[in-house]
Amino acid sequence: MAAAIRQPGWYRGALGALLGAAFGFGLVVALRAISGLDVFQTEQTGYPHVIVPLITTPFGFLFGFGAFDYWFRWAAGKPTVPEDHSGHGATKWQDYFRFNTDHKVIGTQYVVTTLFFFLIGGLLALLMRAELAQPGDQIVAANTFNGLFSTHAVVMIFLFIIPVFAGLANYVLPLMIGAPDMAFPRLNALSFWLLPMAGIIFLASFLAPGGSFDAGWTGYAPLSTGAPLGQSFFNIGVQFAGASSIATALNFLVTIITMRAPGMNLWRMPLLVWANLSTSLLVVGATPFIAGAQFMVFFDRILGMNFFNFLQGGDVISYQHIFWFYSHPAVYIMMLPGFGIISEIISTHARKPVFGYRLMALALIGIVVLSYSVWAHHMFVAGMFSWLRVPIMITTMLIAVPTGIKVFSWLGTLFYGKIHTYSTAMLFALAFIVTFTIGGISGVMLGMIPIDIHVSDTYFVVAHIHFVLFGGSVFTIFAGIYHWFPKMTGRMYDERLGRVHFWGTVVGTWFTFIPMHWIGMDGMPRRVADYATQYGDWNLLISVSAFVLGAVQLVFLYNMIVSWRFGPKAGDNPWRANSIEWLVSSPPPVFNFDEIPRVVGGPYEYGTPGARHAIMGGEDEGAEVPKTKPSTVAAPS
Amino acid sequence: MTRLPILKMVLAVIVLGAIQSVVLLQFDWFGDAASTAAGPIDTLMDVTIVLSSFIFAIVCVALGYALIKWRAKPGDEGDGLPIHGNTRLEIVWTIIPVIIVLALAGYSWAVLDDIEKTDSNALHVNAYAQQFAWTFGYPEDGNKWSEGELHVPVDRQVIFDLQAQDVIHSFWVPEWRIKKDAVPGLKTDVVVTPDKVGTYQLICAELCGIGHTTMRAKVVVESQADYDAWVKKQTTKVPELLLTTDQFKQEQLKKEEQSGGIEGSGVVEQ
Repeated sequence: MAAAIRQPGWYRGALGALLGAAFGFGLVVALRAISGLDVFQTEQTGYPHVIVPLITTPFGFLFGFGAFDYWFRWAAGKPTVPEDHSGHGATKWQDYFRFNTDHKVIGTQYVVTTLFFFLIGGLLALLMRAELAQPGDQIVAANTFNGLFSTHAVVMIFLFIIPVFAGLANYVLPLMIGAPDMAFPRLNALSFWLLPMAGIIFLASFLAPGGSFDAGWTGYAPLSTGAPLGQSFFNIGVQFAGASSIATALNFLVTIITMRAPGMNLWRMPLLVWANLSTSLLVVGATPFIAGAQFMVFFDRILGMNFFNFLQGGDVISYQHIFWFYSHPAVYIMMLPGFGIISEIISTHARKPVFGYRLMALALIGIVVLSYSVWAHHMFVAGMFSWLRVPIMITTMLIAVPTGIKVFSWLGTLFYGKIHTYSTAMLFALAFIVTFTIGGISGVMLGMIPIDIHVSDTYFVVAHIHFVLFGGSVFTIFAGIYHWFPKMTGRMYDERLGRVHFWGTVVGTWFTFIPMHWIGMDGMPRRVADYATQYGDWNLLISVSAFVLGAVQLVFLYNMIVSWRFGPKAGDNPWRANSIEWLVSSPPPVFNFDEIPRVVGGPYEYGTPGARHAIMGGEDEGAEVPKTKPSTVAAPS
Repeated sequence: MTRLPILKMVLAVIVLGAIQSVVLLQFDWFGDAASTAAGPIDTLMDVTIVLSSFIFAIVCVALGYALIKWRAKPGDEGDGLPIHGNTRLEIVWTIIPVIIVLALAGYSWAVLDDIEKTDSNALHVNAYAQQFAWTFGYPEDGNKWSEGELHVPVDRQVIFDLQAQDVIHSFWVPEWRIKKDAVPGLKTDVVVTPDKVGTYQLICAELCGIGHTTMRAKVVVESQADYDAWVKKQTTKVPELLLTTDQFKQEQLKKEEQSGGIEGSGVVEQ
């Protein structure tokens, strides 16, 4: 036992968590006692003896778990434990519950963890839909309801959509660019383990006096600055999720910029790599703003600062500016990786190069640049300077152009192809094009100020955000999981169950979210636990569809779990794809490549006889490399 | 490479887009209209719906055609044609959307200017929002007050000066098509010209806490004569509810100071 506690791992982690909690609690109690204050301060925005341990406990756990061991030894000048890579890879299920630095293990950890939180977020949504099925109060009280939609959004955004993309990219991106791992494997592992900390803090807020945070995921001040204790859990949890997100993005940037295999210049990168490059640029630039906004709210709450206290000269509306300066780019953080996934899948299954590859890459960069200039379209009716509205409207509508380019280019990729629809991944990719177009169109409508004035803060907005995040992002996530499942597990999933999941999800999505447009335009505000009886029938339909949508996800889970264990062997390249991750075994060897591959052509050279993307190490050196690439995409010399 | 049946596809887009437009325009999306802003906004929405129908039709026709025409036969292991792009086509589908969205933005801007134009004889009404109630002041009609019920004359422009007493609230009457947040510490206003006599609902559209769902007020639009008679009967006493808020007291203090009143005196009684 004593030995087990000295080793990094769960025992030492639990001990660290305990010590962390005791340290935080003791510090507060001691300092308050010395200062002659009440030892326990229980004003609703106070509770220092709860919040300080809330910060110290996760750090205690991470220290104990071994997240910082190497760095500490190095910083202290002690001999570091030589990296014998024995911890790399996973041979048994317990290996997924260690501080593992293998990008493939981390990728799997990310995807499984985020799917768990997807379920939790979904259950919170279904509780809301149960309450909303009929007008009147039935199941939950108004304050619980406010807590439900706030945690639903926070869990879905910070613990599912953003990190699941990081997880998928963690797994496939190093393989795609011919790298043995990510640039900073230990930072990578730390990024992952910060996530469950955030998740536990968010969900633990339900136990706080006054209930979970209930000022919406937007947490507008001054509603949030005066809210009960749960709000502080949100302020702190976001810091963990945000730090995780920023560290991963830095890791991706360095990996993509410095670790590409020889021959892979920028114009030979698969679009998924371009997409993650763009996303990471957004994350490192924008995420500090939400961290800052939540710190300001946090300081207003517990330190009596007056950032947003209007009675002491604080400026209420500046919260929204800072918040949306992150949170609008955030919707692209939640969408661009999906764009990359769709490009890979459509090209592979249509057996054709991506149409207009360079413009596709430039469109991503265009979205990155423009997305920093559109934040205030969330504030057309917020009372901000009125002159700011029209310029923001113009940039908001212009950002539809690069997005449109992507939709048209995917369609162009299908033309003259040989389209295979046997894979559930491809079905989701095709359905994504249609549903995402609807979400894009309603987005342009919301960008038009006179329309926005009427429909902002109504169910129209709820419909729009779910069409782009569920019909958009989540469809691409499903597509990506189905596409790379054989690579990650070495086994094939059941396509028949995949189809059941696909059709159920598409029909469920449409019947749940389409009617929300109508009731929103007709006058039903969002974030309400009750509504006028005239919307009763539509809400009943929405609730029933939402439950169908939720139930169908169980088919997906069953398919994934059972196929992971019992599915037929998949083979290295079941989709006959070109990019490098498909040229290694399934699942890939522990260090990805015996010899780094050489990249000799574009990633999507379907239909050109003899054209190749990469030559693997160990292949005959004299293997025929086409001298002039039979591609119109010429590499810059 | 077979030639694309461009003409047939364009026809299909026109037919599908037209059908969608006609069907979608049957519905009265925004519900009843009761202000002069409703007309231009509803027309803007209709134009956008028609345009969107055609754009959606382009996506559907292209996708449908590709799936019918180029679906791989089972067992076909061949590849598609190695087409990497078409610069001219890519320029076209960049430029045309730019023109469309800029045109829509220009149109929206014009509508916005139109609905926010103020008349010199507009009636000013104060709307105070607090958790979870609305209070209204009528400074131009003898400093009258009403609680939870708003009356305005028909066919005359009203400018609501919004003030929030605690957290952010939002002033929304769906039939008027206007909405504006009431922000603590900030003066915001919203312009509307009601043009239909009737009773409507004022809805708080910004999440403001536990009582957000039920934070509503009754809105009565009536003839000038009825309005005058109603407002005459209202009280001049500042409602108790408002007196409890720090924001309100501060505002009053500021007013007193500006009008040369006695500094720091019991400012709230008017």
